[in-house]
Amino acid sequence: MSIEAARISKRFGAYEALREVSIRIEDGELVALLGPSGSGKTTLLRIIAGLELPDSGTIRLNEEDATQHTARDRKVGFVFQHYALFRHLTVFENIAFGLRVRPKATRPAEKEILERVRSLLDLVQLDWLGDRYPSQLSGGQRQRVALARALAVEPRVLLLDEPFGALDVKVRKELRRWLRRLHDELRVATVLVTHDQEEALEVSDRVAIMNQGRIEQAGAPGEVYANPASSFVAEFLADVNLFHGRTAIQNRTAAAVSAFTKHS
Amino acid sequence: MTAAPAAAVISRPRDPVIVQSGLTVLALLSLGLFIVFPVAAVFVQAFAKGWPAYLKAVEDPNTLAAAKLSLLAVGISVPLNAVFGVAAAWAIAKFRFRGRSVLVSLIDIPFGVSPVISGLIFVLVFGTRGWFGPWLAAHDIRVIFAVPGIILATTFVTFPFVARELIPLMQSQGTDEEEAALVLGASGWQMFFRVTLPNIRWGLLYGVVLCTARALGEFGAVSVVSGHIRGQTNTLPLHVEILYNDYNYSGAFAVASLLSMFAVLTLALKKFLEWKATWSDQRKGQVVSE
Repeated sequence: MSIEAARISKRFGAYEALREVSIRIEDGELVALLGPSGSGKTTLLRIIAGLELPDSGTIRLNEEDATQHTARDRKVGFVFQHYALFRHLTVFENIAFGLRVRPKATRPAEKEILERVRSLLDLVQLDWLGDRYPSQLSGGQRQRVALARALAVEPRVLLLDEPFGALDVKVRKELRRWLRRLHDELRVATVLVTHDQEEALEVSDRVAIMNQGRIEQAGAPGEVYANPASSFVAEFLADVNLFHGRTAIQNRTAAAVSAFTKHS
Repeated sequence: MTAAPAAAVISRPRDPVIVQSGLTVLALLSLGLFIVFPVAAVFVQAFAKGWPAYLKAVEDPNTLAAAKLSLLAVGISVPLNAVFGVAAAWAIAKFRFRGRSVLVSLIDIPFGVSPVISGLIFVLVFGTRGWFGPWLAAHDIRVIFAVPGIILATTFVTFPFVARELIPLMQSQGTDEEEAALVLGASGWQMFFRVTLPNIRWGLLYGVVLCTARALGEFGAVSVVSGHIRGQTNTLPLHVEILYNDYNYSGAFAVASLLSMFAVLTLALKKFLEWKATWSDQRKGQVVSE
């Protein structure tokens, strides 16, 4: 299902978070919203999810105007930066939540819920943790539970707000590759918000680079990297190169060198 | 990082024994003098004339009526304040709106105002010479010197307990889990009963216990609005005063001992809730390695 944001503007008091932002995400596509903090990327994601109302502009989900729909009616999957798992529920019940709150008519039978949650636990490779509580899990495990919980309701689109931001580098890289494979399997339109250039370039089909409430450039990772449309984009992406250059010299690790050569 | 606190503990100079024991004795003495001794005195005085006199004082119809009225006032004002408290804490902790800080200060008014003034406010509003007095009299509704006034005064005085307990708790928990529930398709009520309420349950119970204790012991505000009609508008604390002024010391202390026993019960319940809250946190807190 496609996502379209048309001329979205949003202010918080005197602060202009979004200025007439337009972007379209095709069905099955994984698009990264990349930008420094304060560039408006999370606000845009929250507006797509219905957690925030735009001051002006339109959100279309599957070509249908959803601007006035509540978060509840939009049927999107949302993964929060700090996981937002229900702390008083087990991993199993966290994942089952979206199914259990459905009205009786559409709620699956208990047996079906059990099967669905089990298969999702398998999918995120945490089948042995079903009866634990979120606080007993590591950051990477929590994030995978959060993803399974979002997928349980069979969302029409998947929205990820800095999903790996709170994790350490090694886990982040693993999860990022895992997410890409998962997306190749599920083929759900996905928006990934990140401030990590490397993450955006590695995972996404297309990257939209945001700055001060505007999208500066959107395109395939190789394209924006090779042909930056503005000096901001050039500088923002150049940091990737610079960063790797330094690590390669300091550490001389094979990984850093390969990352360096890949991007330059 | 981890070595620093340990080193600090080891290297900290120990206070001389005389200071240590001196402070301990001082603490125990003041505790005994100001808390243990008076509470013990209540029970000693209550039983000064033996069991039969105690039972007679407790079984007196006026005492029973006072106990009934106290329980009625508590039974109505505490649930009301639980609902108000959750609603107020919810609004303050989860939303940003104009006048939010004014609301926070308003909630604290009953703590800041003397209970006697609180009682007078209701007399001024609902008394025969008050704003609504003539209208109420015309419709034959009695608020002041009657049960509704007592319930109103009790509710007013104990209003902040639940809200004060919940605001910091809800603020620290943020709105992430509520938003997650909404995105997953929960309705507003489902979000509240399945996510918000379970997360605040121990804090809420704790606030309710404190509120109950305060409501049962409220004297000043209730004294102003009650009118001290024996058997009708006397609560337990007011009854203690009346018995005492009648030179019925054993009776006064017998009723006081009832209130004290409730206070001890409250303390035990409070301890239990604190233990329960940390215990459930710990149970969920054992980290599993990857």
